[in-house]
Amino acid sequence: MSIVSRGFHGRRGGDPALPPGQYLTEDFPVLSAGPTPRVPPAAWTFTITNAAGASRRWTWREYLALPAERPHVDIHCVTKWSKLGTDWEGVSLDTLFEEVEPDAPYAMIECYGGYTTNLPVEDLLDGKAWVAHGFGGEPLHPEHGGPARLLVPHLYFWKSAKWVSGIRLMDHDEPGFWEAAGYHNYGDPWREQRYEGD
Amino acid sequence: MARAAVRGRLTWTAARLAAVRDETASARTLTFAVPDWPGHLPGQHVDVRLTAEDGYVAERSYSLASAEGVELTIQRVPDGEVSPYLADVLEVGDEIELRGPVGGWFVWRGGTGPVVLVGGGSGIVPLMAMVRAHRAAGGAAPFHLLYSVRTPRDVYYAAELAEPRPGLEVTLLYTREAPPGHARPPGRIGPDDLAGLARPADCFVCGPTGFVEATSTLLVDLGHDPRRIRTERFGPTGA
Repeated sequence: MSIVSRGFHGRRGGDPALPPGQYLTEDFPVLSAGPTPRVPPAAWTFTITNAAGASRRWTWREYLALPAERPHVDIHCVTKWSKLGTDWEGVSLDTLFEEVEPDAPYAMIECYGGYTTNLPVEDLLDGKAWVAHGFGGEPLHPEHGGPARLLVPHLYFWKSAKWVSGIRLMDHDEPGFWEAAGYHNYGDPWREQRYEGD
Repeated sequence: MARAAVRGRLTWTAARLAAVRDETASARTLTFAVPDWPGHLPGQHVDVRLTAEDGYVAERSYSLASAEGVELTIQRVPDGEVSPYLADVLEVGDEIELRGPVGGWFVWRGGTGPVVLVGGGSGIVPLMAMVRAHRAAGGAAPFHLLYSVRTPRDVYYAAELAEPRPGLEVTLLYTREAPPGHARPPGRIGPDDLAGLARPADCFVCGPTGFVEATSTLLVDLGHDPRRIRTERFGPTGA
């Protein structure tokens, strides 16, 4: 039973696209644990390594040559803001996984600057996730993860790791950066899985 | 890892407003009585939940300003949904709900190594929790707090920060208007403000996005290890 806050009325957009506990923002706030890494596209590579040890590496030029998609999605940050109808440009992970067998159930996303986040491989496949290099018709700004970030919009946005450098598949689940610091292992905004135990 | 960060499920608990202190014309510090508060690490935050009579709910996160007990400093955000309620409407004796503490990264875990704290505006709040924990621990670690504010009237915790404390150096960086006789001309934080800091040091930078981006880039350019710079950014909206 919640406590009613005397005199609190709230703004109540009542937007059904907002998961519980989220509010709408028109801005694009930045959340990062440290300084923004500066990764020149010429030095950027993206590597998928599967559990058997097979790997495939793309340079920036090779990555840009892949067929791109333009996802139009809602994004939800665990710090409570949501942004609806955002426009991205990126390569589906289904496309990338055509060249490396996804042979294990868990994935660790690895990034320039040392950030990591873990999620089930099935959340990366079947049109649910992208490596994104464009936002709002522009190249992705470094503050927002450029040259490229992961985009997994059906989970809280810390799973959409910025400055992504690769994916390592694992037979056994391991916590990433925030997952080891008290945040939820999976992070479904519709079940409000913000913190460990939610 | 933080003991407090892994104690299992974080449940909502009632918090009764016990005391109020004005910090500036637009910010006040709220002290809550929270039964069975488990303690926290300086830098951690809590989630606050407000419920209207018809069941409508709003949640926000706020950094803890205190080293012990639950104190939040709330800056009123014009057009905000939650902060004007906390800053203007909530009265001593009223109850809200909160859960926490949360966060295991932007925290000072003690020790004696040098620490650099750089706060912009209301970004001072989690850094103040670290300053207070440092005092409670005896002040053995060399601490240097740089606090960027628009004018002298915008300084939170002004009297407390003016008290001399062992092991703590405080530098105020005014961006718009400095007090009479202040040596540094008003202006944004720059390389000269950061050049003399201890290095290596654990750096904590908190403030609006632009401030944190500029400051953390300057620290890296001055030779600080990016892996020892921890940041917390306040988006342009929120509260």
